[in-house]
Amino acid sequence: MKAAVLVFPGSNCDRDLAVAFRNAGAEVAMVWHKDNALPADVDVVGIPGGFSFGDYLRCGAIAARSPITRAVIEHTHRGGYALGICNGFQVLTETGILPGALMRNAGLKFICKPVDLTVETADSAFTACYARGQGITIPIAHHDGNYVADADLVARLRDEDRIAFTYRDNPNGSTDGIAGILSENRRVLGLMPHPERAAEPAHGGTDGAALFRSLVGALALA
Amino acid sequence: MKARVHVMLKDGVLDPQGQAVAHALGTLGFQGVGEVRQGKVIDLDLAETDRAAAEAQVREMCEKLLANTVIERFDIEIG
Repeated sequence: MKAAVLVFPGSNCDRDLAVAFRNAGAEVAMVWHKDNALPADVDVVGIPGGFSFGDYLRCGAIAARSPITRAVIEHTHRGGYALGICNGFQVLTETGILPGALMRNAGLKFICKPVDLTVETADSAFTACYARGQGITIPIAHHDGNYVADADLVARLRDEDRIAFTYRDNPNGSTDGIAGILSENRRVLGLMPHPERAAEPAHGGTDGAALFRSLVGALALA
Repeated sequence: MKARVHVMLKDGVLDPQGQAVAHALGTLGFQGVGEVRQGKVIDLDLAETDRAAAEAQVREMCEKLLANTVIERFDIEIG
């Protein structure tokens, strides 16, 4: 299984994400934002957390229009997998690959702490190693994680079982406590919490490791 | 030709920054401030000299980058 991790100026979780993919058994290539193409045979693209382009204009807005991101959009249109974490989730909503938008936290503060999440669906390559309804603890670290979706969109996400994770104690004002969502074909996941920061015992928790295990396992079989 | 773009959150989208500004104005003793909404102003210097063409160009810029039309609306001033 081959993963590509994008690197933008201001990405700061790119190497952590690469380590999490590698520990789960993936082969990882780092890809610079000015590249026009992904490496051949990439199964999943990881869009890391951080502050791409200094969060100028809007979080993820400039990264979403980078040359490599055009290649990621084509990859997802071909049915390729993508995982966007934190700033990566913001990039995915800015491209329109995932619906909705991420706004300033309702409390206006940058929040950096472990939070309790509920796994809302186990029906995806990202969440197969979890059980529906399972409680997990994963850190968040963001200023703009307030997921905004109108009532129609939330109803659609619910009907299609595309809400992957919710906060148990909504920290940022997100609509319906949504922490992560799946694309229509369930092959793109965007989430604000950082599973790569809870992937080995030294992190203080390992609840995020199952996400990488799920993904590598699912794609190794594909 | 110069263009100015105003980007504002759509009506109905909660603006926590605007609320914080309203709160701070109250703290400073300014009475009677209702809702406060905060946005962005973007000035552009364009090579285009035709007004209609400039407006069309800036509209496309807004739709593709300057505004996130999921949550924001924009107004364009030309000249």
